[in-house]
Amino acid sequence: MLYFVARRLVSALSVVLATLIATFALFFVAPTDPAGAICGERQCTQQRYNEIRQNLHLDRPKVQQFAEYTAGIFTGRDFTTSGVTQHCAAPCLGFSFKNDRPVTEMIKTRFPVTVSLVLGYAVLVLTIGVFVGSMAAKRRGTLGDRALMTSTLVVSSVPYYIVALMVALYLTVLYPILPRGEWTPISENPAKWAAGLLTPWLVLGIYNCTAYARYSRGSMVETLSEDFIRTARAKGLSDRVVTYKHALRSGLIPVVTIFGLDVAGSLGGAIFTERIFDLPGLGVLVLDSLNSYDLPVIMGTVLVASVIIVVMNLLVDIGYSLIDPRVRLS
Amino acid sequence: MSNPAPQDRAPEDRKDSMAESAATPPAAAAAAKRGPSVATRERRDGLVNPSGETPYLVVEDLSVKFPTADGLVSAVNGLSYSVPLGRTLAIVGESGSGKSVSSMAVMGLHDRKRTRISGSIRLGGDELIGLSENDLMKIRGDAVSMVFQDPQSSLHPLYTIGNQLTEAYRVHHKVSKDVAKKRALEMLELVGIPNPPRRFAQYPHEFSGGMRQRAMIAMSLINDPKLVIADEPTTALDVTVQAQILDLLNNLQKEFGSAIVLITHDLGVVAEMADDVLVMYAGRCVEYGTAADVLANPRMPYTWGLLESIPTVSAASERLRPIKGLPPSLLNLPDGCSFAARCPYVERVKGELCTTQLPELLPVDGAGAHTSRCHLHDKASIYEAEVAPRLG
Amino acid sequence: MSETLLQVRDLKMHFPIKEAAGLGRTKKVVQAVDGVSFDLKQSGSLGLVGESGCGKSTTGRMITRLLTPTAGQILFKGTDIAQLKERELRPFRRQLQIVFQDPYSSLNPRQTVSNIISTPLRVHNLVKKGKELARVQELLERVGLNPEHHNRYPNEFSGGQRQRIGIARALAVEPEVIIADEPVSALDVSIQAQVMNLLEDLRRDLGIAFVFIAHDLGVVRHFCDEVAVMYLGKIVEQGSRDQIYNAPQHPYTQALLSAAPDLGTIRGVPPKERIRLVGDVPSPIDPPSGCRFRTRCWKAEDICATQEPLLEIKPQSSPGHTAACHFAEPKVDLTAATA
Repeated sequence: MLYFVARRLVSALSVVLATLIATFALFFVAPTDPAGAICGERQCTQQRYNEIRQNLHLDRPKVQQFAEYTAGIFTGRDFTTSGVTQHCAAPCLGFSFKNDRPVTEMIKTRFPVTVSLVLGYAVLVLTIGVFVGSMAAKRRGTLGDRALMTSTLVVSSVPYYIVALMVALYLTVLYPILPRGEWTPISENPAKWAAGLLTPWLVLGIYNCTAYARYSRGSMVETLSEDFIRTARAKGLSDRVVTYKHALRSGLIPVVTIFGLDVAGSLGGAIFTERIFDLPGLGVLVLDSLNSYDLPVIMGTVLVASVIIVVMNLLVDIGYSLIDPRVRLS
Repeated sequence: MSNPAPQDRAPEDRKDSMAESAATPPAAAAAAKRGPSVATRERRDGLVNPSGETPYLVVEDLSVKFPTADGLVSAVNGLSYSVPLGRTLAIVGESGSGKSVSSMAVMGLHDRKRTRISGSIRLGGDELIGLSENDLMKIRGDAVSMVFQDPQSSLHPLYTIGNQLTEAYRVHHKVSKDVAKKRALEMLELVGIPNPPRRFAQYPHEFSGGMRQRAMIAMSLINDPKLVIADEPTTALDVTVQAQILDLLNNLQKEFGSAIVLITHDLGVVAEMADDVLVMYAGRCVEYGTAADVLANPRMPYTWGLLESIPTVSAASERLRPIKGLPPSLLNLPDGCSFAARCPYVERVKGELCTTQLPELLPVDGAGAHTSRCHLHDKASIYEAEVAPRLG
Repeated sequence: MSETLLQVRDLKMHFPIKEAAGLGRTKKVVQAVDGVSFDLKQSGSLGLVGESGCGKSTTGRMITRLLTPTAGQILFKGTDIAQLKERELRPFRRQLQIVFQDPYSSLNPRQTVSNIISTPLRVHNLVKKGKELARVQELLERVGLNPEHHNRYPNEFSGGQRQRIGIARALAVEPEVIIADEPVSALDVSIQAQVMNLLEDLRRDLGIAFVFIAHDLGVVRHFCDEVAVMYLGKIVEQGSRDQIYNAPQHPYTQALLSAAPDLGTIRGVPPKERIRLVGDVPSPIDPPSGCRFRTRCWKAEDICATQEPLLEIKPQSSPGHTAACHFAEPKVDLTAATA
């Protein structure tokens, strides 16, 4: 177990390091000109351009720049713009000159929004999605099963952003049955926090439930035909216990993998949902910084997203070993 | 280490234990637990078993059919048999003969929506067919339990052996976890698993094949069932381990006095385990009697064919004489005898009886409990003169 | 005396495995096969018997070079093929064919029977273009299938028929040796006998030699002239059919024979003497020292733990009958007494 965790940590760190190098290389080594991008085209003077290059340390060797950037993550660093020095505390992911704020700080304010959104989403897909899938698997071949599966297919064949837009437009604006999306920190007012997130949760959750219902149905159909399910029934267990204790635990294993990666991806920014429901999350931050060529922010968010994915993968593997005793050693 | 000596299972012993249980008031906890009342058993049961004893399980005219897209699959047709307590019935047949399907019906394990079952299955006199799922659940694993073929896939891979055993006990007994654990440890000990407390906390993958099957047997016996259905219990095991498990089943039967229905394709296992034998072919019983009768004096060409097909350890016969052809499709059973197409003796029956008329299951010597389903007149003389010499 | 076709000498297969241990990792070795030697004569048949994990299938796979042995020699007509590279191996592949146990998973479900059988013909350039179908049909007929069915897919056949297809595929290249790895154990009794007879015909009519791998002692007795009993990667006893079945020397062989459920016993008739082994086969990762069977052997003494018994002809045994046991003694009448 110890060995397993140690080995996974090493591989996780190497993935993060590789991402770090790759993003760094992409923006600073590739034949693009970050300073030019930041400087803009119209009012860019040579002097301003040089100043930016200096501030960004672009005039230094690439390796040194990389070392400084990496060191900043652990110890923090100082940035000087137009004679003003600003300290960027560790973990420093760079400094956004466009917004005049350290990237870390920007991500910190956005992250709770995305986490809140994904949290509710995760609960919905895991409960409703898996439950619906299991029900369908138990009744496979019946009219109910077919109706359920057809409807999930119909829902998921409409692009997500259209569903989200329609709901936002019809159900929160024209016929305001559902509360409009807005962001209130949970520490400020939990009720308002939940109300503002309710519609995005439902839309994101129910839409993706369809996919989860199909995964878990497939997985459960397979599990329900296993020999140990027959054994469980032969013991005199009720249908409910057989399905939700014996079958579900095995049936969940493949779903857990998909779920882990899905949640990790969403934590990196649920772009459509955040944009449509007006939630200032990471996704919106990414979009905005892409629009304004705010390179340090883009790099910072990519790095954070990669760390999230690596961590989620690790969690999935640990989750595996909790569900399945056979994977404990490997 | 040795096989239970046959003398140990003298009929008197069994009758005694039966009389005892019959004398117990039905209200007594132990009897009530099993559901079917013992006192009423004899009155309701018309059927007698080849041994002449009062049976515990009676299956009468059982048919199991599965509607499919291709048509109706007749997996079991008009099957009747009975097993008294303390006795072992082996149901022999090849794949698709209906031997497993019929036993799954006894357990009520078929999907109700996809299966048509008719006939009668009586357990201690009480009819099982037509019972609600809830009532069946109370019987499954309690009065009747099952040992499956492959212990690797039949045990839940994600729960400990202890968890699975205590669960089996607590479904039918309202006891605390500690009490159930005590019982589970007892059972593990009983089936010969060394160091039960350590094994209790382990998962099936940490067990060897033989140990897994022992655990499976412990689980199936934990509620002290009166009937154990063992579906190919040793097919997935190695020869030396198979011998251990067969011995174990024999010994446990002596201790618990339960009736055993042993489903197998292996006539060698039948020879070592069974009191009675029922040979199935294409969903029908084709021969039924005591093991001594069926194995030593078989009276049905299919049984002869099976015996002639087996290469035995004890004698290297010349050339094997396989049964030609394949079993018929269960979607479309032929008129007449279902074995007719493969039977080498068809011409010896006058007219086209074999292909037009289904032979009845009749006593081979005019009376008695040894029955077979065959139109041949001189089965005994054909066997003695032609088949027996070839068997050596 | 016919010529020796195949000589296997001290064949070993050790699979390395990695196991986690604390923060480090220990490398261990599964000694699946550990020093197996035997000869196979032209049109002879050698049975490899043993329980799961004894290395019989691994041995078969090494002989057909589906696995490359860790050590040892496989002399086919004098050429050692144990370590040959793929290209040099090709002519030998044709000579050594294998038939697998599971007739369901060993045939590609998306290829027609004709395709399955003619692929090896094409690979080895054995047949002219345009003549393939005729050859396929000839082979189908040879294994007792309807030649008209060459265009069908494996799922349209029953288990026994599929096994025949597998045999036809092996026959296509006119091999001299067929390794039959549990060829009938997945089949029903009556079908099993059909396939056994087919294999016997092939041996008699085409002079093909067989290495017959099986756990079923009855099947082996029926088919094989020579029998080698394996336990935990080693041969513990070897001899002719009669030697092994009528006068087994090694305790393990005796236990195997005694354990096989036999038709000769009928409940109620007191059976032959019974030998019951306790426990399961130990792990081949860390096999017992000395004699590998000693942990389950009722004859084991101190010497068994310290000194590995050699596979040798015992003073009391007939020529060619070898056993690896310090306390070997023949035991008769282990199989039920059938007159």
